[in-house]
Amino acid sequence: MSTPATAGDGAAATFSLDGKDVPFAPGETILQAARRAGRYIPHLCWHPDFHPQGSCRVCTVKVKGRAGSACTLHAAAGEVVESNTDELNAARKMLLQMLFVEGNHFCPACEKSGNCLLQATAYEMGMEDVLFEEFYPHRPIDASHADILIDFNRCIMCELCVRASHDIDGKNVFAIAGHGIGTHLVVNSMNGKLGDTDMALADRATSICPVGAILPKRRGFVIPIGERRYDPHTAADPETQEAS
Amino acid sequence: MVASVQGLLATPAGFQRAAIDALLLRYRRDPHALVQILREAQAQHTWLPRELLDYLADALGLTLAHVEGVATFYRFFHTSPVGEYRVLFSDNITDRMLGNAALLADLCRRLRVERGRMRVDGRVSVDFCSCTGLCDQGPSLLINHHQVVTRVDAGRIAEIADLIEAGVPPAEWPTPWSCVEDHIRRADVLLGTPFQPGAAIAAALTRGAAALVSEMDVSNLRGRGGAGFATGKKWALCRDAQGHDHYIVCNADEGEPGTFKDRVLLTRDPDMVFEGMTIGALAIGARHGMMYLRGEYRYMLPSLQNVLQRRRDSNLLGAGIQGHTGFDFDIDIHVGAGAYVCGEESSLIESLEGKRGTPRIRPPFPAEHGYLGQPTAVDNVETLCAATHVALRGGAWWAAIGTPNSTGTSVHSVSGDCDRPGIYEYPMGTSIDRILEDCGARDTQAVQVGGPSGKCLSALEFGRCIAFEDVPSAGAFMVFNRSRDMFEVARNYAGFFAEESCGFCTPCRVGTALVVKSMDKLATGRGSRHDVDLLSDIDKLMHGTTHCGLGGSACNALHDTIVKFRPSYERRLKSLQFEPAFDLDAELADARHASGRDDAAAHLESTT
Repeated sequence: MSTPATAGDGAAATFSLDGKDVPFAPGETILQAARRAGRYIPHLCWHPDFHPQGSCRVCTVKVKGRAGSACTLHAAAGEVVESNTDELNAARKMLLQMLFVEGNHFCPACEKSGNCLLQATAYEMGMEDVLFEEFYPHRPIDASHADILIDFNRCIMCELCVRASHDIDGKNVFAIAGHGIGTHLVVNSMNGKLGDTDMALADRATSICPVGAILPKRRGFVIPIGERRYDPHTAADPETQEAS
Repeated sequence: MVASVQGLLATPAGFQRAAIDALLLRYRRDPHALVQILREAQAQHTWLPRELLDYLADALGLTLAHVEGVATFYRFFHTSPVGEYRVLFSDNITDRMLGNAALLADLCRRLRVERGRMRVDGRVSVDFCSCTGLCDQGPSLLINHHQVVTRVDAGRIAEIADLIEAGVPPAEWPTPWSCVEDHIRRADVLLGTPFQPGAAIAAALTRGAAALVSEMDVSNLRGRGGAGFATGKKWALCRDAQGHDHYIVCNADEGEPGTFKDRVLLTRDPDMVFEGMTIGALAIGARHGMMYLRGEYRYMLPSLQNVLQRRRDSNLLGAGIQGHTGFDFDIDIHVGAGAYVCGEESSLIESLEGKRGTPRIRPPFPAEHGYLGQPTAVDNVETLCAATHVALRGGAWWAAIGTPNSTGTSVHSVSGDCDRPGIYEYPMGTSIDRILEDCGARDTQAVQVGGPSGKCLSALEFGRCIAFEDVPSAGAFMVFNRSRDMFEVARNYAGFFAEESCGFCTPCRVGTALVVKSMDKLATGRGSRHDVDLLSDIDKLMHGTTHCGLGGSACNALHDTIVKFRPSYERRLKSLQFEPAFDLDAELADARHASGRDDAAAHLESTT
């Protein structure tokens, strides 16, 4: 495939996303460029403020018939990228169903409901059931911190808190442990409790969680249902593609 | 002794700080050595208490959470107390076929221990583990992660139980038990040609580094680890990549169930492997090489270290190799700790760097951005052996063997239903039929080529050939006769992938566990057509959405057996419609266990 002139005539290089051109800067990934152009490729573990990790796989797209994650694939001039297709949306729905059965997600009782990217993305993908048998894992909550609650039942292993605590807060409060279906988030303190860390309410790691796993205490239902982020908006809207 | 006391205490006893300090000093407090440090610390202390992890984290400048993350990633590390004796039964399908499950149950009964749980006095723990690469002489055991017992039978189990009760150290157990046979049944150029250590290096030095790479190109040698990338091309890419250091890594993390050819190559002719690494170093300009030896092969470490020392003494390693000023190269051996995914080259490099073995985002590929971000060539054991021969005898000679697309020979690990399991080396392009005939297989129903991540072939396909262009293989060749249940074969592999998933990406982490759940449901006769269809859907999803090849191939055997041996699934179905996964009677199991009852009145009537 030939590379269109970019330097010579000054025109930005573009790739095609579902038939429409998206301009990109050198080194940008497909998702970065699409996001900047206000286009929607569903995603959970990717956030524009952080380096990509490519673990949720919800942003899977097809380039020349080959599947890959849009958050890690570099954009290339003239490339034809498929994203909003029945096949890929069905795959995304199944990935979401997997995340729902893996943890314990009870939206009606969750403070994050309406602000939750997992829930909003599930609506966007037309998910109406969980398809699989639930795992109902036993995951005790951690309420040891004065201002912050961790409900591991809702963790989707996106590692945004791991990255936020490391890259922005400079605290390294979180890490991932275990393997296979036993993979889980751990807290960096001798007793493994958040209360024994220096994490603070104002930390980026506190607000980054796309689901209801990390929540500030004493803020329950401050914003009423109906006025929450994903009540007037959807996960596909350019300004609300991330939960925070 | 120490362990048995710990088992009774609420808080674990302290560790030997002086011994840990000496260990840290030996690894120069290098955080990249974390996996090696954890392995040796555990060898000292039996398990890894949190206090010890914290101490190591402090000493290495890492967070406790990071160290915990690494320690809980590898299957051979224990962060809760385990027995003084840790007995692991290899659980490949070939071990199953040889009766390992009954032998494990017998050992547990004799020792009054529950599988997966430490005996209350801290003496012993018994469990299954993934294939240990002794399929041709199974069932096999791994004792305390460094000693193997092969050809286990009921008599040996009784003796082992007695030895454990008597507290006899594994090192004093009968030596013949730990004898590992090579079982070379057919040798070709790799296994059949006498090799003089140093000869290939001399030939490579005479030819020159650039010509050596050209010779590799001419040979069209392709990697034997599974991916089949051209070795000459990899070396040229790595050589030309910018970096202040270049590394060559031997991938001896032979984790694919049913594969044991690298074990034999490393036992029989380690010089051939190390020589391959050395000429590779010459080709890419590396001064430092690493062998990543799978944890299951820990028992080989002393002999491999001896070979390295002998090679240093003979000026085949070290400074100015064979008197050639400026050609400085040496090799370290890193031992894995039980993680199949580390056979994937970027995970392997993460592990070498002391981290969780999570595959990296690629590109960039290791040849350009590998160990510590430097250009790194990762080559399989067999590939390096072949490279040694190419350096000696030239690329055209190798290219004349096999087929144009798949040159040379390849080494197969044959196990399962046949008279002569063991190692068979054939020119590429050899038919499945021929191998079956040579190994004495009769009434064969299926062959799993390349291990669980490879292909399951039915009798209709035995005319096909092992070659990159037909049936590629990373060396495993498991034979199943008509008495075998191919559903159970696929179920064993499903369990393997769920156990070995690194847990990083959604489809593999959750998908492999869901496959196990569905297969178990079918196995207990509670499945329906819906469950089989769901398995096919998961298979399809995992083929396109996973982060690495492990997830992408985790459903291969499932897919092949559903397509080719569908009756083995259908005869298990309770109905053709839908059966709920929830089983009310099964949910009462905890209550029955608590009340010590299992009589008819403790079960629901409606249960089948």
